[in-house]
Amino acid sequence: MRITQGTFSFLPDLSDEQIGRQIQYALDRGWAISIEHTDDPHPRNTYWEMFGQPHFDLRDAAVVLREMTTAREEHPRRYIRVSAYDARYGRQTTALSFIVQRPPHEPGFRLDRQQGPGRTERFALHAYAADRPADERYGD
Amino acid sequence: MLSHDIIRFMPTIVPAPSDSPVDRTSRLTAGVSEYSRMGYWQPDYVPQSSDILCAFRITPQPGVDPVEAAAAVAGESSTATWTVVWTDRLTDFRRYQAKAYRCESISGRPGEYLAYIAYDLDLFEEGSIANLTSSIIGNVFGFKALAALRLEDMRIPAIYAKTFQGPAHGIVVERELLSKFGRPLLGATVKPKLGLSARNYGRVVYEALRGGLDFTKDDENINSQPFMRWRERFLYCIEAVERAQARSGEIKGHYMNVTAADMEAMYERAEFAREIGSNIIMIDLTVGYTAMQSMAKWARRSGLILHLHRAGHSTFTRQKTHGVSFRVLAKWCRLLGVDHIHAGTVVGKLEGDPATTKGYYRTLRDDVVEADPRIGLYFDQDWASLPGCMPVASGGIHAGQMHQLLDLLGEDVVLQFGGGTIGHPDGIAAGATANRVALEAMILARNEGRDIVAEGPRILSAAAASCGPLARALDIWKDISFEYTSTDTPDVVATPTPA
Repeated sequence: MRITQGTFSFLPDLSDEQIGRQIQYALDRGWAISIEHTDDPHPRNTYWEMFGQPHFDLRDAAVVLREMTTAREEHPRRYIRVSAYDARYGRQTTALSFIVQRPPHEPGFRLDRQQGPGRTERFALHAYAADRPADERYGD
Repeated sequence: MLSHDIIRFMPTIVPAPSDSPVDRTSRLTAGVSEYSRMGYWQPDYVPQSSDILCAFRITPQPGVDPVEAAAAVAGESSTATWTVVWTDRLTDFRRYQAKAYRCESISGRPGEYLAYIAYDLDLFEEGSIANLTSSIIGNVFGFKALAALRLEDMRIPAIYAKTFQGPAHGIVVERELLSKFGRPLLGATVKPKLGLSARNYGRVVYEALRGGLDFTKDDENINSQPFMRWRERFLYCIEAVERAQARSGEIKGHYMNVTAADMEAMYERAEFAREIGSNIIMIDLTVGYTAMQSMAKWARRSGLILHLHRAGHSTFTRQKTHGVSFRVLAKWCRLLGVDHIHAGTVVGKLEGDPATTKGYYRTLRDDVVEADPRIGLYFDQDWASLPGCMPVASGGIHAGQMHQLLDLLGEDVVLQFGGGTIGHPDGIAAGATANRVALEAMILARNEGRDIVAEGPRILSAAAASCGPLARALDIWKDISFEYTSTDTPDVVATPTPA
């Protein structure tokens, strides 16, 4: 399966050149950029690991692309995302966020159900990868 | 107050002799007096920052002086009744009187005038849309001296806005809890609106969500009919939502319509939606302002997003000369606290002039909105950090219009493709995928600096090269458009500036 979190998951994977243009768009608006990675892709997993500090006041996308390359080298089998943050009053939230690396194989999720009274069910999303210890989830 | 004080304040209630002209110079004289001479017309009045200001479009009956008509509107929407009452003298009536302070003819609209009226903040109960609307639109719209009356805009002073909860979550919190950024959200209303069993209905929800939509939606008239009771619908829909989340690894939602005949039933349905794990519920405008405000409080305290379908609004918002503009209704709904509200598509099947719609979207989303007559905004509006309300564009839109939708409506909007998803020849999931791919391709292109309005069709066909469902969608809906003249347009037309 293909996890479709992020702004561009329904498009074919972006080339580094395309990623660079998206980062440049964000920098031109004064947004801060951060790189994060995880091996727990549950959609409610808010806090991916930060790869270094967010970049404020950058002008050149090349800096982020270089860092992204390093992140890929260090975590070749994890999800990596690039996020842009708009600190403008009234927004003060993420403005753009997209996946720039996926594990070679995405096993997806199992839906666990617990039956309750009156035909209600309690559902739990279970990432198959999370059955294995951290750092071994995608075959590292 | 002692009784002898009251007697001292009593005006002389003696009818003027029939052979002498009625003295109308004093508002204390008994009888029917001109509103404009009773203090409701004050051309020198300087509105205070705490006043509620209204812009009314008035169409006086033949022979009625427009200034007198404006004063009558001020009077009838505040302290006046049809005759002088001595009990006015027991109050500081000058404060409680609304003041018409400007009245101007509207160019190109003979017989219509724009009247500006200021209301003292004291006239309104804190945090009550029911009271605000009863005061300002309570009686006056049936006043005989007017052929028609329309409330065009209302300036809510920040000090009054702060007495309202505002959107239960607002745009920022909604995006964060969905973890969806940088693009409009996508939705679809389940069709057919009526007749599906709950089990079949849930199938539509599942297919649309797994195909790539973020939300599906009950329609306004889906409540709890014999063919599908609410509890059955909620159970099947939540299963569909959960299954689609497992398929995609994304947060999804289905707006569960909890509209019901009484508050007890609405709370029961809302509580059930929360218990089974829904992240969003919906209500219809038809439940009334007080019920909407109660549900907004419930939604904040329960952590669920609150969607509002503006069912019935066109009965009073659409005609240019009579009723209440949607921009005013939008303000009331933001104050009373819904997270989503339908606000027009421009290009779809329902009423929506581009300039007017832009004004609605700004009113709902921005923190400080500047007056701009070209988009129908008569006043500056400072929302004083009340969260933004997510506009929803729904009704007759399809993937082939993605460039226009993004250009006209921006990023903070839910684009709802009902027929444009479910009507796809290859199935509902294919329809959903077509919409999602079209949207992401357009965002990617826009961010790369391309002119999406000019190049839109080219961007879409390039994206369709690697997405069969989009290619089919573009092919079958390429000629669908709804080009009719809007009834509700701004009086001031933007003059194109030469390049």
